[in-house]
Amino acid sequence: MMYWQKDIETMSRDQLSAFQLERLKWSVRQAVKSPFYKEVFHKNGLSPDDIQSLDDLRKIPFTTKDDLRSHYPFGLVAIPLQQCVRLHSSSGTTGNPTVVVHSARDLSEWANQVARCMYMVGLRDTDVFQNTSGYGMFTGGLGFQYGAERLGALTVPAAAGNTKRQIKFITDFGTTCLHIIPSYATRLAEVMYEMGIDPRRDTKLHTVCIGAEPHSEEQRKRIEQLLGVKAYNCFGMSEMNGPGVAFECPAQNGLHIWEDNVIVEIVDPVTLEPVPDGETGEMVLTTLNREAMPLLRYRTRDLTSILPGDCPCGRTHKRLARFKGRSDDMIILKGVNIFPIQVEKILMKFPKLGSNYLITIETVGNNDEMLIEVELSDLFTDDYTALQRLSKEITRQLKDELLLTPRLRLVGKGSLPTQEGKAVRVKDLRKLC
Amino acid sequence: MTVNQISIFLENKYGKLCEVLELLSAANIRIIAASVADTSDYGILRIIVNDPQQAYKLLKDNNVSANLTDVLAIVTGSEAGSFAHALGCFTRAGVSIEYMYCFSLGDKAILILRTNNRDAAREVIRRHDLGYLCESDLMKLR
Repeated sequence: MMYWQKDIETMSRDQLSAFQLERLKWSVRQAVKSPFYKEVFHKNGLSPDDIQSLDDLRKIPFTTKDDLRSHYPFGLVAIPLQQCVRLHSSSGTTGNPTVVVHSARDLSEWANQVARCMYMVGLRDTDVFQNTSGYGMFTGGLGFQYGAERLGALTVPAAAGNTKRQIKFITDFGTTCLHIIPSYATRLAEVMYEMGIDPRRDTKLHTVCIGAEPHSEEQRKRIEQLLGVKAYNCFGMSEMNGPGVAFECPAQNGLHIWEDNVIVEIVDPVTLEPVPDGETGEMVLTTLNREAMPLLRYRTRDLTSILPGDCPCGRTHKRLARFKGRSDDMIILKGVNIFPIQVEKILMKFPKLGSNYLITIETVGNNDEMLIEVELSDLFTDDYTALQRLSKEITRQLKDELLLTPRLRLVGKGSLPTQEGKAVRVKDLRKLC
Repeated sequence: MTVNQISIFLENKYGKLCEVLELLSAANIRIIAASVADTSDYGILRIIVNDPQQAYKLLKDNNVSANLTDVLAIVTGSEAGSFAHALGCFTRAGVSIEYMYCFSLGDKAILILRTNNRDAAREVIRRHDLGYLCESDLMKLR
């Protein structure tokens, strides 16, 4: 048995489209029960009956994070609050936070999505699953908790931080799988080695689910090698419940986005017109299976593309390419668009470098410059010329990737702030004049 | 013939060197010789200490990028020409010096050398009967 829900996961594209249309009609009718969508439909002269095909979806305007904020907290809720049982909220760094509420049915469907993802990467009820996500408002905690319990795995809600304690749990409880932020996975591995624990020999770890921040293929390989595991990329966002939206299968080539759960569109972030498969754009999602708070054409700000072609795993749901970053963490420097992930991709190729790095953009004289600080790994060499050659080679490869020359500074191990939550990779100190 | 040298990666930042030295001082580790090479961004501090293993472990435990390197410790006299004589032996045997620093010990001079070819360097020392120090000699230095 390879599939959690074979009928849904391997449904033919035609069947899947018909299935989506039925659910879309339901979702739209549900959405207009909320004050926000009621007004959107009214203002645009739309009625739920106008949605008769999947293409009709494009008649509906986009929903943005700002819409969620300006209708804080309950403007998009479509059922009486009495029928809602859970509220999650994302950190509001600017303005109001965003709030998502769920009914008991929504939570059950969400748990099923997460269980489906975990089953897909080979996890079973015999596994011991340790979740290193923050619990509380952050959806990576409870989202994986309920999913792993639905799967039947023994679930350890270790929550974030306290690395030594995480390691004690891993060894004492025979943890076989972690859910972990990629920057923290390498940190955890480093601490294990420092403590004289070889995770490949001294633990039962075989799988990690990594997500919550964009990471490169090189970083995945490093995590797999350091921990002796298979690492699977997972994607979720609180507006779309949380984890379980899209997940890699054993082919490790793209993340299947569960199209019984959402409709995915990829659009040009400027023109908002759809882009063809294979081309990068902003991902726009419509929920198909959420009664408390349906979202229609929600602009995620995440940049990705649809991988063309079939997946050898037999699942028919579309695959998303590795995330290229968010349209809002793109750095524009000297007219060049740069994503932190591009820098990481290069740095991770060098075993003499550690996993911790920091990009600083600053104004020097009249010029904006990029400084990249990266920690050395334990392989520090006494050989001076080798160090300089290393600096030169890294700079050269960065230049090829970024199309501008950054200043590179090698720093000692442990001298950049350690990252136990989502890693802060960019400091923009530019003076705006 | 060789002694363990500790190389420490130092960011070029105010107070960094002192920080490392104070760490060693607190553990009562004696520095016998030291040299700093620098570029604009970082430096390498190279030191010979009385207990390299303990010092190395201490640095690692405190998350300092450091490594242990084998270097030669040649003993020469302090009279004119003895330095030239010792290095001449290596040069004529085709052995290059990557870096070098020295310290004096009574009426002797100790040259700490890193060469491009350790085996050839050992052969030069044997053939010319040059004086040298071993790890155990360092422990005994007062």
